Amino acid sequence: MVNITIDGQCIETEAGKTILQVAKENGIQIPTLCYHKDLSPTGNCRMCVVEVKGGRFLQAACVTQVWEGMEISTVSERVMKDRKLTLEFMLANHPLDCLTCDVGGECELQDLAYDYRVEVPSWGAKGTRYPVDSDPNPFVRVDFNKCILCRRCVQACAEIQVRDVWGVAKRGFEEQIVAGAGTTMLEARCESCGQCVAYCPTGALSNKMNYGTARAHQVKKVTTTCSYCGVGCQFDLLVKNDKVIGVSSNPDAPVNGMALCVKGRYGYDYIHHHDRLLKPRVRRYLLEGVKKERTGSPWDWVETEWDTALDIVAKKFKETRDATGADTLGFLTSAKCLNEENYLMNKLARQVIGTNNIDHCARL
Amino acid sequence: MNRFNSYREEALQKWDSQMVHSEIPVIYLGTASCGIAAGALDVLGTIQQTLTELGQPARIVQVGCIGPCYLEPIMDIAMPGGPRVSYTNVTPQKAKRILQANLTEGDLAPKMAKGHFGDEAFSSKTGIPKFFDLPMLKPQVRVILKNCGFIDPEDGDHYLAQDGYAGFLKVLEAGPQYALEALKESGLRGRGGAGFPAFKKWELARSAAGEQKYVVCNADEGDPGAFMNRALIESDPHAVLEGLLIAGYTVGASQGIIYVRAEYPLAVKRLRKAIGQMRSYGLLGDDILGSGFSFDINIKEGAGAFVCGEETALIASLEGKRGMPRPRPPFPSDSGYNGCPTLINNTETFGTVPAIMRNGGEWYQQFGVPGNYGTKTFSLVGKVKHTGLIEVPLGTSLRQVVEEVGGGTELPFKAVQTGGPLGGCLGASQLDTPITYEAMRDQGSIMGSGGLIVMDESTCIVDMARYFIGFALRESCGNCTPCRIGTRVLIDRLEKIIRGEGEPHDLEVMRKAADTMVKTSLCGLGQAASNPVTSSLNFFAAEYESHVHDHYCQAGVCKGLFQYVILAERCNGCGLCVKVCPANAIAGKLRETHTLDANLCTQCHACVEVCTKQAILSLPLSAEQDHLLLSEALQ
Ligand SMILES: Cc1cc2nc3c(=O)[nH]c(=O)nc-3n(C[C@H](O)[C@H](O)[C@H](O)COP(=O)(O)O)c2cc1C
Ligand code: SF4
Ligand code: SF4
Repeated sequence: MVNITIDGQCIETEAGKTILQVAKENGIQIPTLCYHKDLSPTGNCRMCVVEVKGGRFLQAACVTQVWEGMEISTVSERVMKDRKLTLEFMLANHPLDCLTCDVGGECELQDLAYDYRVEVPSWGAKGTRYPVDSDPNPFVRVDFNKCILCRRCVQACAEIQVRDVWGVAKRGFEEQIVAGAGTTMLEARCESCGQCVAYCPTGALSNKMNYGTARAHQVKKVTTTCSYCGVGCQFDLLVKNDKVIGVSSNPDAPVNGMALCVKGRYGYDYIHHHDRLLKPRVRRYLLEGVKKERTGSPWDWVETEWDTALDIVAKKFKETRDATGADTLGFLTSAKCLNEENYLMNKLARQVIGTNNIDHCARL
Repeated sequence: MNRFNSYREEALQKWDSQMVHSEIPVIYLGTASCGIAAGALDVLGTIQQTLTELGQPARIVQVGCIGPCYLEPIMDIAMPGGPRVSYTNVTPQKAKRILQANLTEGDLAPKMAKGHFGDEAFSSKTGIPKFFDLPMLKPQVRVILKNCGFIDPEDGDHYLAQDGYAGFLKVLEAGPQYALEALKESGLRGRGGAGFPAFKKWELARSAAGEQKYVVCNADEGDPGAFMNRALIESDPHAVLEGLLIAGYTVGASQGIIYVRAEYPLAVKRLRKAIGQMRSYGLLGDDILGSGFSFDINIKEGAGAFVCGEETALIASLEGKRGMPRPRPPFPSDSGYNGCPTLINNTETFGTVPAIMRNGGEWYQQFGVPGNYGTKTFSLVGKVKHTGLIEVPLGTSLRQVVEEVGGGTELPFKAVQTGGPLGGCLGASQLDTPITYEAMRDQGSIMGSGGLIVMDESTCIVDMARYFIGFALRESCGNCTPCRIGTRVLIDRLEKIIRGEGEPHDLEVMRKAADTMVKTSLCGLGQAASNPVTSSLNFFAAEYESHVHDHYCQAGVCKGLFQYVILAERCNGCGLCVKVCPANAIAGKLRETHTLDANLCTQCHACVEVCTKQAILSLPLSAEQDHLLLSEALQ
């Protein structure tokens, strides 16, 4: 245990913890940008700097461990001035299109600029340095003019998805995030999971499918469980005007945290797709009881009511079981169904029909 | 051990018979990079050819850099029984004449000789001064550079004959504790820039827990204008290797790594050769000299990023990662290369260690001042008359270095950039600052690894600041915000001022940006990158102000911020300027005062450089070509 003070408050805490951790545990807010609790800290954005008594330089709270007798100020004039200027540095080189930016309202840079009342400085190198929407990836929209080089994307890809698609190229002011060795994302083994988008604090990486459809405060978030497989990831559906327009990670998801796969994050477009089946269909010959011919109209799909469709199914089950026995029937269920539905299907198979021929698509 | 002693005996005998008491003349030629750049290889060809022509036997010994680079190529001849005599700025023709005089006529050619390494009697007999009495060398001491220019760096026996590896043997005998004690007593501080006590670092690495440990020699030396580490390796590679070996033994490491720039091919070649020689002496490998200590040394060539000189970036680069600093702690002594405890020191730090081990820590205290014991090498470059590699005791004043060692400047002295590109630009009023880690820091500079760039009145301070910030901008790794963007902010302001568009608030913006860069950058690069700007703003405020308020660059560097005018009082009508002016902007008859048409002038500088009367002045654009005004400006 070590004893430290933060802003005059005496705190006893464990050695090995960072200033940021201790501050958080004690309700003291320190702003961060490159730091994310899921990723290993790099200390590069310098927003979380604090003053440690006796030190010649300010220390980044996210990477500096506490030591006995440490006296920390998180709000001194020096600290506030430097945080402000650091934000000015970032904004001086950031496009000022917040009015039309997709992530306006949930952009961490914007929030900090607001918190610190930072005016955009007159100096700096604003403007477009990189092509907008520069990568052909169908899901991820890339605009590195907005990148603040926090590298969360690099880490998210490396540490969470373990694909190492993103890297850093060049040096100094010319430094930029690149996919692979300067290729496209897909060429760099990207599997379009969108983890980088989820962790990007700015609009540098955003979602292409719903680009320009809504901003954070215009959508309702509905937390749901993914229906694609048996893992049970949770996320938020973004709903606007009663339509699902996108998916965003829900940091509190118990199973998966912020992580999702390409299907969970981007496979939602079937919901309002015009080809989607909303009612059951049966073959015309079954419905009308006509003789089935090899080709032609008796084979058409005809939309009908659930009762009609289920009656036909029940009738066919019965006929088959009576003719050739229960084990000539088999039941395949789906991961897209709930557990309860799968349970019922299993009951139906074993107890009503009398067969153990049951299988499931999600034998992952 | 016995084997090694016999190697030493042989080396001593060889040194004595071939160098000290040679029966044939010994010709020394400096072929470190500085000598080669000045044409030493041509001279070498001539020497070989001349010897064949003369049919005279002589031994050619290629030595490293002896220091005064401005005198290169340097060829020395020691006739049998006589001392070594130095001839400087030798051309092939000159070399031939000197050789003929010495070898066939018994004539030392004293007019061409610069100095000798013999005794007083020889001086009075020949009129040639002692080499080390030359004004550039007299204030210097030679601890680190002791062997440089004296031994053949590619011949391990030469090093052995100079007490080579005696320091290591002593540490083997007396144990690691002796090494730590000696280092502590010596007060040696890291020569890589920050001046961290070497003993503390070694002790931390020694006491760090871990089976596998590494010692790393930092020979990245990326500062423009600095070449101390290169010269040391090229001239005396074994000294550095012995230091590394002693460090390995002391901290309990089994592997040494030298991180050296790939741009130093000769240094790399000599290191490789020297490592091979160590192996054949039994100083590398398993169970060295029967001591049970096993050690090996690898070379890793760096791709030339300045930031890779920073220790954590260097380690990342060694590991094959992007060369980028990371926050400390953990310090490399706890978690360095591959996560193992790693001792990392500068080349010169390692190069100093053998002498301290041989002679003891107290011996080292005779050099320098308390808290800053020992000597430090500097590369003295720029507008001083004597440029080169120098070694002075710490505590020596900048004035002594610039005026005595450097011989002063041709035009009036203006400033000296100390500590390399991250250091401070100090003016005449700071010249009495003693060179110590603390005094340098108090002046807003740093000791750095030892670049000293001297500037005279022809240098514009704003342009100088732009040069160094431009370097920091390109070399910043880009990892952290203040350094990545701050350097850009600074250079934008400086360029604006240089274009003549500067406004008073630009100076404020620069000060503010610099302040935050210092306090919040992640590594030493960003923390120090603004030093050239801040120090020059402090010491040369008037020059910035004249750029900003009057749009006037007195040094005549920032194009468009001055006009050249020929001062009638000084012009003797020699016509030199007329000949060199590519724009035909200068007119005037021979021996009559010339005039310069500012409208045609492209401000290329050529006329100023050829004018021997310093009659061409850079005046404010608003100045009338009025006699009175000009004379006023002169004062
Ligand atoms: C940007 C930067 C560049 C550096 N370059 C070098 C270098 O070229 N050589 C060097 O020895 N140390 C360099 N250093 C210092 C090293 O980080 C480290 O402190 C040094 O190698 C330690 O050796 P010492 O204790 O012997 O001085 C540099 C530091 C920074 C911040
Ligand atoms: S793209 Fe986003 S996450 Fe990646 S470095 Fe830039 S701002 Fe950070
Ligand atoms: S201070 Fe500069 S060089 Fe150092 S980590 Fe930051 S960006 Fe990189």
